[in-house]
Amino acid sequence: MTPRSRLHVPAPPARPGQEPDFSYVQISPAGAVNRPDVTASVRDIESLALEMVRVLDDEHRAVGPWNPHLEAAELQVALRHMLLTRLFDDRMQKIQRQGRISFYIKSTGEEAVAVAQGMALQPGDMLFPSYRQQGLHVVRGRNLVELMCQCLSNTHDMCKGRQMPIMYHWGNGNIFTISGNLATQFPQAVGWAMAAAIKGEDRIAASWIGEGASAEADFHYGMTFAAVYQAPVILNLVNNQWAISTFQGFAGGEHKTFAQRGPGYGMPGIRVDGNDFLAVYAVTQWAAQRARQSGGPTLIEHVTYRAAAHSTSDDPARYRPKEEWRAWPLGDPVTRLKQHLIALGEWSAERHARLEKELEAHVTACWKEAESYGTLTAGPALDPLTMFEDVYKEMPPNLVRQRDELRALRSAAAAAERPQAAPPVAKKG
Amino acid sequence: MARMNMVQALNSAMDVMLERDPRVVILGEDVGYFGGVFRVTEGLQRKYGEHRVLDTPIAEGGIIAAAIGMGVNGLKPVAEIQFADYIYPGFDQVVSELARLRYRSAGEFSAPVTIRTPCGGGIRGGQTHSQSPESIFTHVCGIKVVMPSNPYDAKGLLISSIEDEDPVVFFEPKRIYNGPFDGDPHKPAVPWSAHARGEVPDGHYRVPIGRAELVREGKDVTVLTYGTMVHVAEAAVRLAGVDAEIVDVRTMAPLDVDTLCTSVCKTGRCVVVHEATRFSGYGAELVATVQEQCFWNLEAPVQRVTGWDTPYPHAFEWEYFPGPARIAAALKQVMEAA
Repeated sequence: MTPRSRLHVPAPPARPGQEPDFSYVQISPAGAVNRPDVTASVRDIESLALEMVRVLDDEHRAVGPWNPHLEAAELQVALRHMLLTRLFDDRMQKIQRQGRISFYIKSTGEEAVAVAQGMALQPGDMLFPSYRQQGLHVVRGRNLVELMCQCLSNTHDMCKGRQMPIMYHWGNGNIFTISGNLATQFPQAVGWAMAAAIKGEDRIAASWIGEGASAEADFHYGMTFAAVYQAPVILNLVNNQWAISTFQGFAGGEHKTFAQRGPGYGMPGIRVDGNDFLAVYAVTQWAAQRARQSGGPTLIEHVTYRAAAHSTSDDPARYRPKEEWRAWPLGDPVTRLKQHLIALGEWSAERHARLEKELEAHVTACWKEAESYGTLTAGPALDPLTMFEDVYKEMPPNLVRQRDELRALRSAAAAAERPQAAPPVAKKG
Repeated sequence: MARMNMVQALNSAMDVMLERDPRVVILGEDVGYFGGVFRVTEGLQRKYGEHRVLDTPIAEGGIIAAAIGMGVNGLKPVAEIQFADYIYPGFDQVVSELARLRYRSAGEFSAPVTIRTPCGGGIRGGQTHSQSPESIFTHVCGIKVVMPSNPYDAKGLLISSIEDEDPVVFFEPKRIYNGPFDGDPHKPAVPWSAHARGEVPDGHYRVPIGRAELVREGKDVTVLTYGTMVHVAEAAVRLAGVDAEIVDVRTMAPLDVDTLCTSVCKTGRCVVVHEATRFSGYGAELVATVQEQCFWNLEAPVQRVTGWDTPYPHAFEWEYFPGPARIAAALKQVMEAA
């Protein structure tokens, strides 16, 4: 037979009703990967992109050269942040199911990425997250009420009712505004880092992208600019295996690791166990130190698993085995850190249960306060005339006219609803 | 006062701003060592160093994204896109990011980026070096859109754009970089040194964004136009022998409705001229505005003279170009109506 060309259409190892199969995930033993000096040349450390940096072993011990040797108190704070992120997510999901917010995105199973990285970076470092790094806000001490008010689009909404839920920003906390368009923040973070270097600052930038969105041109722009100018930036690729219904093979993960793209562009690529808090913390610390001393950018691939649905609008039971997460070989990041602390003698099941209770009560109290500032359906809401603000710094004439038009329409509608005896409303806007 | 062509005037604007404001940086393809393919950034890297005048990879999306990040971090980036025809890979970064950062973050984040880009045809550039995509950008709220028609305005408007807190897309009609082209490619080129608006102050001055300019007073008919076509319209008015008023729109967004409509209400007749394609072109916005504001003063239907609704053809660019003859015909038609 004559050979002919055929398309290769990637297929995940398991679909609904089949046994989960993660044999494609190459895993190094904990402690097995060498930790090079932060000044090492890209060429000498290419193997970091193939191996997997891991610190927590099966006995819940921290082992090997990447162990960041954190104090127990810091680990307890980390556990608290991760647990709070998870409980916050769980609550918001329930609230969405009750119809009280329109949309939500959980980060369940990936909490170690945002929390460990947030903790390893300095408060002045600028963060350009995607939509599944709410843990960054938690680490930087954001009041959950503010996040909830954003999801409610109420009178205290930081976005003034202009964004879907979870599209947070925090100027004072150095966390950039989340775009609903994927990948755009990646090259922007590089530009921010270039400016920091131009100004001679020692602040660095970090950005996050999913493995799915890494197919966008913006990923390539970001990698190219970062490598060309050796910008002080950490570029994180969160490989959570699923981009809505397409598995990581559709982003090009079948033939090479995503971390291997780093050396391809001329920067270190590090593949890390994304569910190992200590490993994520350690590689972030390494990349940050390298960036701060003019060593340039690092690409970090966080190998993790999207335990939840893509969003509240998604039903993963239609495209992947229902219990796939249970089979995920890298486990649950919260459980792993908890067990490590217990193994250290610095934690217990009782303390964990107490903490869970305390944080749940905290989330409840935050929600009560947030709701008191209004809900999307029942109000009170912001004045709709605010929609014309912030399009430009100064409102141009066409927007002034349109705002006046809406104001007049609303006045007329309000007047029509009033009893006949009421005096007519003045026409002046 | 010095004599400058448009290239020199734009160069002078950036020179002045680089000197005055340490936050200003220039970035783009070939803008550094080489000074730009049209020489607009010539000498700036030598003077201000390679950290302030940066050559970039060939990646328009990356250039605009990096400029956004720099703007968020307190710089005032001036990004050059080598040809307006190349801007589309960066379109998402303009539309979804640059234009909306301030809005979506309720004022907490913004990026005061200026995007300079040469536009327009008449240089044998074919369909990938001749486009005038201004209306694609005027349809995007959150950015300002500017196109100067002479060296004096070019410098003053570019300084205003760089100083503006909002992003500006700054179109440079490249056919008139070196002289005020009147639409006849067979006549010898006229240099800017012979034109009143080739007189350009050396130092800092502004031409305000959002203001149109009356470039010729008249009583019969108003021509609304901008960029290269201002000069072509002037030639057409001479050809048609009508006493036309010519308004140089200068800023497409925000639009100076008052100046435009005061003129049309006075003359009662209007011809809209632009080089870009007609369908959904910027002229449609001008005609709609005139209709809304001047309907009871109009003596005749408003005419549009534009590029045809085809790509810009290499071999037939002068058949494509809305030259003086077509504009003069429209002027006569508007005068004869009613």
